[in-house]
Amino acid sequence: MDFTLSKEHEMARTLFKEFAENEAKPLAQEVDENEMFPRQTVDKMAKYGFLGIPVPKEFGGQGCDILTYVMCVEELSKVCGTSGVIVSAHTSLCVDPIMTFGTPEQKEKYLIPLAKGEKLGAFGLTEPGAGTDAQGQQTKAVLDGDEWVLNGSKCFITNGKEADVYVIFAVTGKIEKKGRIMKEISAFIVEKGTPGFTFGTKENKMGIRGSSTYELIFTDCRIPKENLLGQQGKGFNIAMHTLDGGRIGIAAQALGIAEGALERTIAYTKERKQFGKSISAFQNTQFQLADMATKVEAAKALVYKAAMKKQEYVTNNKVSYSVEAAMAKLYAAEVAMEVTTKAVQLHGGYGYIREYEVERMMRDAKITEIYEGTSEVQRMVISANLLK
Amino acid sequence: MSLEEYKDVYVFAQQVDGEISGISYELLGKAKDLAAALGQKVVAVLLGYNVKGLADSLAEYGADKVIVVDDKELEVYRTEPYAHGLASVINEFKPEIMLVGATAIGRDLGPTVSARVATGLTADCTQLDIGDFPLVAIPGKESEQKHNQLLMTRPAFGGNTIATIACPNNRPQMATVRPGVMQKIEPVKGAKAEVVDYNPGFTPDNRYVTVKEVVKAVSDTVDIMNAKILVSGGRGVGSPENFKILEDLAAAIGGEVSCSRAVVDSGWKPKDLQVGQTGKTVRPHVYFAIGISGAIQHVAGMEESDIIIAINKDEDAPIFDVADYGIVGDLNKIVPELTESIKKAMAEK
Amino acid sequence: MKIIVCIKQVPDTKGGVKFNPDGTLDRAAMLAIMNPDDKAGLEAALRLKDQYGAEVTVLTMGLPKAADALREALAMGADKAVLVTDRVLGGADTWATSTTIAGAIRNLEYDLIITGRQAIDGDTAQVGPQIAEHLQLPVISYAQDLKVEGDKVIVQRQYDDRYHVVEAKMPCLITALSELNPPRYMTPGGIFDACKAEITTWGRADLKDVEDCNLGLNGSPTKIAKASDKVRKGAGEKIVPDSPSDGVKYIVEKLSEKHVI
Repeated sequence: MDFTLSKEHEMARTLFKEFAENEAKPLAQEVDENEMFPRQTVDKMAKYGFLGIPVPKEFGGQGCDILTYVMCVEELSKVCGTSGVIVSAHTSLCVDPIMTFGTPEQKEKYLIPLAKGEKLGAFGLTEPGAGTDAQGQQTKAVLDGDEWVLNGSKCFITNGKEADVYVIFAVTGKIEKKGRIMKEISAFIVEKGTPGFTFGTKENKMGIRGSSTYELIFTDCRIPKENLLGQQGKGFNIAMHTLDGGRIGIAAQALGIAEGALERTIAYTKERKQFGKSISAFQNTQFQLADMATKVEAAKALVYKAAMKKQEYVTNNKVSYSVEAAMAKLYAAEVAMEVTTKAVQLHGGYGYIREYEVERMMRDAKITEIYEGTSEVQRMVISANLLK
Repeated sequence: MSLEEYKDVYVFAQQVDGEISGISYELLGKAKDLAAALGQKVVAVLLGYNVKGLADSLAEYGADKVIVVDDKELEVYRTEPYAHGLASVINEFKPEIMLVGATAIGRDLGPTVSARVATGLTADCTQLDIGDFPLVAIPGKESEQKHNQLLMTRPAFGGNTIATIACPNNRPQMATVRPGVMQKIEPVKGAKAEVVDYNPGFTPDNRYVTVKEVVKAVSDTVDIMNAKILVSGGRGVGSPENFKILEDLAAAIGGEVSCSRAVVDSGWKPKDLQVGQTGKTVRPHVYFAIGISGAIQHVAGMEESDIIIAINKDEDAPIFDVADYGIVGDLNKIVPELTESIKKAMAEK
Repeated sequence: MKIIVCIKQVPDTKGGVKFNPDGTLDRAAMLAIMNPDDKAGLEAALRLKDQYGAEVTVLTMGLPKAADALREALAMGADKAVLVTDRVLGGADTWATSTTIAGAIRNLEYDLIITGRQAIDGDTAQVGPQIAEHLQLPVISYAQDLKVEGDKVIVQRQYDDRYHVVEAKMPCLITALSELNPPRYMTPGGIFDACKAEITTWGRADLKDVEDCNLGLNGSPTKIAKASDKVRKGAGEKIVPDSPSDGVKYIVEKLSEKHVI
């Protein structure tokens, strides 16, 4: 067991840190205030290959591993939670399922431009009546000749209006499983601009305010038959597999937010003076920082371990990484919330105003406990594995 | 060739468009000190085209002798004909010391010439002395200590370290000297120098580049990094209008106005005037920090200034931790009065 | 077209310089980075590669860990890397350094050599022009813009109050200002490839047409008489004047003492 990063990962960290500081950080406040999707940052990330990090070179990617991708999301999230989730949703939720389940034609047509960053990806599973419980799905797809016809809607979709390629789940029939009639779910690739595919409400969110969260509406939306992703009826498995990976991305985002808040708090407590000395000279501050740093480090260990486990899956797909991903996300998200809350507290009044970033980080942190499976769902995944 | 054959203190008298650059006079001032310490002469080397008339002013500023290399090829500065000219002078006349200004010209000419005549060159010196090398004789090897050496002191690492360097076994001892550091002498009106014409011959080869165009800067934005004196304001100045009192002070003392990040963030001043980690790093001779609290990020951009004067009403402002002279008080009262006093002092001079 | 870019690994001064408790510079606590002017020069070379398909070789002289700077250059898009490292080359001044680098470059083919104007540790700006001198090449220092037309380079050469548009026939040497080009980032895939790439490593024996007497500490004409890490400036005087006029008087006094006015 080796906890030291390889040369590759050290250099990648330097790269992502530099990029985040120079490109994402200066825009972070505006992104938040104005719900601005950071298009210019995304374009630069595309140019430097950040949108295809774990994709093999033959498919236009960078040929790196999952840990490198995780470090990218982490470093971006240190300065801008929105930028972190844009990369995470694109890579884990759209690129990954197409890379894993796509046909050679689908990879040629969709994976390559996605990995090169020429196109941005999104993922549509959640519906008003169906979140983690996929059986609540109402969106339907019916085969009509050579086309699937989609009807229904998806909500809370990250990269919503900004994406070009969407992985969408829909009910394609009914099957009997252990004596129960269940919905048969399948996955599809839908392109922006397909007739019948429109956008609904834009959500006005507490945090990650620049991430373009939209409702997707399908009204007799006809897509070619060959845009079925994976086998018909395997949609639930594809969704669960994809979310396992997505959780690692969100765990990395949560980790980054926590690290960012901790860094700023350390700097602030050294500078801020009360009663004639820096507040970092008070034992309360010191102990708070010690606890925050320890939890961040523990979260990092879990997140990186989950990344390594998924890497093992990539080379030997018999290995499951659900539990590692769930633990990483559960813990990192809760640490992010706790650390950012303490960061605000240690900043005192300044922590409550917009100028001092930690306020934004606290709002950004909250979503990591909710999306791609709430903390409660992660506990279900973890305990189910313990008690099976 | 023995080192003893080399003598006198030479100065490269930089001129641009037929006008002697200020650094040339500064070098002559220093050369006079060094020559006095060595009991030698000050020699100016003037390269250019139709520049002979400039020899007299070099004499007035301390040159005992002026070697003029006048050639059409030297009309506009180019590394090659200039390097050939200066290297030929060195080979022909054998100076003990060769000083060059650390300008955009000197920092190109100096290294080329030093490599050509195979000697050492110390860059961007801020202090020059005549002394012993090693500074203290090694016990038992007293006879190996060399005397009357040029000791060249220069900052390195962005001014964080400082080193004194000698060139004991090669001649000439060459240095480029930072502009604005050495003092020129009061010119001696009517002083004359021995003028020697020398032309080594210039034959263009592949190393002669072609200057297609000369574009003089017409920028109205001030480069605060080059300012010798900066009058810098912070949030404490109170308003964009109130920067007027800083501008008046800057005008009176011959400096430029700069500012802290808070001022830029408030939209009072443009970003290119910002001093600090996210702005510019400045090293003026004098830095006035007025109404600037002195956050670490600001200090990082100005702490290398030679003299820092802080005016702030908050006695505990961290700026006082780096200031050479700190005045606790109301800038609105102090600054205008200071401007008047400086005007008066300048007028008297 | 073949381009050689000379780079140097230097301690990073961004984010403040670190000091030991005794006031000396803590070099170990500072990150090693590629010198900024050199990086701008590398970017210029990579743009020529993008435009004309040039082959870019990066070369550095330093300790074995300077290979990190070469890997960064490879990860940005350079094609080949050469590390010149040898104990006998240590302690070199600019003369000995430029002699060494010229000796290494004599083994390579090139149309254009690009160096940074100066390194942020030494700030001398000497090595570039001196390499040109050793190799008998035309040199254009302080390049703020660089174009290639046929077998010529067209450079904007910066001066204090002007710039010259200068044309030179290749082969030649250019020293780059950091404002020449904002350098590109590495790519993640480039990093992974760079870490696998082979770096050519040369020692004294590989240098062409150089003499031992011109190398390393002993071959350096300039000798350090005294070096000190400058102790950080502490607080000076602080006065709380009885009236603004007293404050003004105090400042004027100090300014006259220091010959400012």
